[in-house]
Amino acid sequence: MERRKMICISCPLGCNIEVFKDESVSGFSVSGNKCKLGKEYGIKEMTNPTRLLTTTVKLKNSHLKRLPVRTDLPIPKALIKTCMREINRIEVCAPVKAGMILLKNISDTGVNVISSRSIGQSQ
Amino acid sequence: MQAEYDIVVIGAGPAGLAAAIEAKKNGIESVLIVERDRELGGILQQCIHNGFGLHYFKEELTGPEYAERFINELIELRIEYKLETMVIDLTKDRVVTMVNSRDGLMTVQARAIVLAMGCRERTRGALNIPGTRPSGIFTAGTAQRFVNMEGYMPGKRVVILGSGDIGLIMARRLTLEGAKVLAVVELLPFSSGLTRNIVQCLEDFGIPLYLSHTITRIEGKKRLEGVYIAGVDVNRQPVEDTEFYIECDTLLLSVGLIPENELSKAADIKIDPATKGPIVNESLETGVDGIFACGNVVHVHDLADYVTLEAQRAGASAAQYVKELLPRKRTGISVRAGQGIRYVVPHFVNVDNLKDTLELFMRVDDVYKEKNVIVKLDDEVLATIKKKRLVPGEIEHIKIKAKMLKDKAVSSITVEVQKEGA
Repeated sequence: MERRKMICISCPLGCNIEVFKDESVSGFSVSGNKCKLGKEYGIKEMTNPTRLLTTTVKLKNSHLKRLPVRTDLPIPKALIKTCMREINRIEVCAPVKAGMILLKNISDTGVNVISSRSIGQSQ
Repeated sequence: MQAEYDIVVIGAGPAGLAAAIEAKKNGIESVLIVERDRELGGILQQCIHNGFGLHYFKEELTGPEYAERFINELIELRIEYKLETMVIDLTKDRVVTMVNSRDGLMTVQARAIVLAMGCRERTRGALNIPGTRPSGIFTAGTAQRFVNMEGYMPGKRVVILGSGDIGLIMARRLTLEGAKVLAVVELLPFSSGLTRNIVQCLEDFGIPLYLSHTITRIEGKKRLEGVYIAGVDVNRQPVEDTEFYIECDTLLLSVGLIPENELSKAADIKIDPATKGPIVNESLETGVDGIFACGNVVHVHDLADYVTLEAQRAGASAAQYVKELLPRKRTGISVRAGQGIRYVVPHFVNVDNLKDTLELFMRVDDVYKEKNVIVKLDDEVLATIKKKRLVPGEIEHIKIKAKMLKDKAVSSITVEVQKEGA
C-alpha cells in the first residue's frame, strides 16, 4: 500500500490525514495533520496500529457489580480480543484505588491492566 | 444541614463539581451540592472509555478517572454534598425543596443557585417508530449503565438506531463483551458523533453504518425479534423497495439528548427552544436573578472538558453574585443565530461583565464545506472566519475581544454561515 487516507483519532478533532510511503527515515510522510500526534498516528497505523483498551471486570463487596479498568498503555489492535479474554478472568474485591495494577504484562505486551476508579466497600 | 446556604448547586456531574469547586475557590464558604444518584460524578461514572481530559488536563483519561480528580478536589476543599437526594422544586426566590429517605422533606434558602442537572436521552416515544412494544429496546445510555456498572448484558444480537457518540461507544463496548452488533442506522446522511468514534468504534470492528436509513418497523411479542430498516429520501421519508429485515434481540436508541429543565421551568426561567436550555448571559446567569446554569442543562456539549470550563465560569459568576460584585445591568447586546446556525450561547452579553474576551459557542444546522462564518456587530461585519468543514455534531466557538464591543454602542451580535457566492 503506497498511500492511505485515514482519520486521526489521537484527539476528538479527528483530522483527515493521508499517509504516503517514501524514502525518509520513518518510511512515510503524513499530510493533513494539525499537530505532531497526527504524524505519529499515521505512521503507526501503517506499521503497528495500537489502541488503549477500556473495559470492566467483576467486582465484589461493593455497591456496584463492575469495576472499570484500562490498559496503562496502548496495545496492538490485533491483540484486543486476546486481551479481553484475559481481562475477563479478573475478579476484584473492593476497596480498590484508581491506578492499582490488576494484571501485569497482559498477553506478553509489557502493558499492565489498571483500575480506572477508586471504589469503597459496600456498607 | 443548615437551612440557608450561599450557593446551592443542583447536580454533581462534571458541571456541578466544577461549579462548586470554583465557587469555593472564589471565597464562598457555604456551598452545598445536591445529587440524586448514590455517588458523585454523574454520567462520567458509566463512561468508562478514554478521551476525557485531553483539553483540560492535557492527558487522556477515562470518565471515572476524570470525575475522580474533581471529586478529590471537592473533598479536599470540604464542600458539603448530599447524595441520593432529589430536588423536587425550585422557586425564583431561590428556595430549594428536596427529599431523601433519611431526612425526608427539606427546604433550603440559597443566595445563589447553579443549575447543573445535565440532560437525558430521547426515547422511543419521541420517535414514533411503528410496531409492537416488546422488551429489548433501550436507550444507549441505559444500556451503558447496565453493562459498565450494574453488570448486565442487554442482549446478544444488537441493532443501534442513531449514530450519536453514546451509540457508537456502545457498539464497540457490546462487541468487546461478546455481543454481535449488526448495524448502526442513521437517518441523516452524516453521523452526529465525533469522527474519531466512527473510526475506533465502528471501522475497527467492522460494524456497518447505514447512513440515510431508518427503522420502519419493530417486531416481537415478549422480546424483540427483529427490525425492518429502509433507506430514506431527501425528505427523510422511507423509500419502499429498499426495506430489509435484521433479526435481533436488542435495539439501542442513540437519538439525541434533551437538557433536563423541569426545575428551571418551575423557577420561571425562560428556555431557548433551539437549545432546550435556559437563556443565559455571558456570566451564565439565567433570566432569574441569582440563578446560574452550566453544562448540558444549558446546551448539549461535545466534550466533558468543555462542560468543566463553562461550569467554572458559572461557579465564579455565582460567587461574584453572592459577594454583590456582579454588575446588575440587565440590558445588553443580544446574540443572534443567523442563517446556517442553529443556536449561539450565550444569548445576551452585558459588556460590563466581560474581562478580556467573549466566547461564543454554536452549532450549525447542516454539513458545510469550505465556508466562511461571519460575525456581525449590528450590520457591520466584524470577522470572517474560514472553515474547512462545519458539522452539526461538533460545536464551533469564536472568541471576540471585549474591547471590540466596549468602544461601540452595539445592540446585537449575529453569527451566520456565508451564502454561496457572497
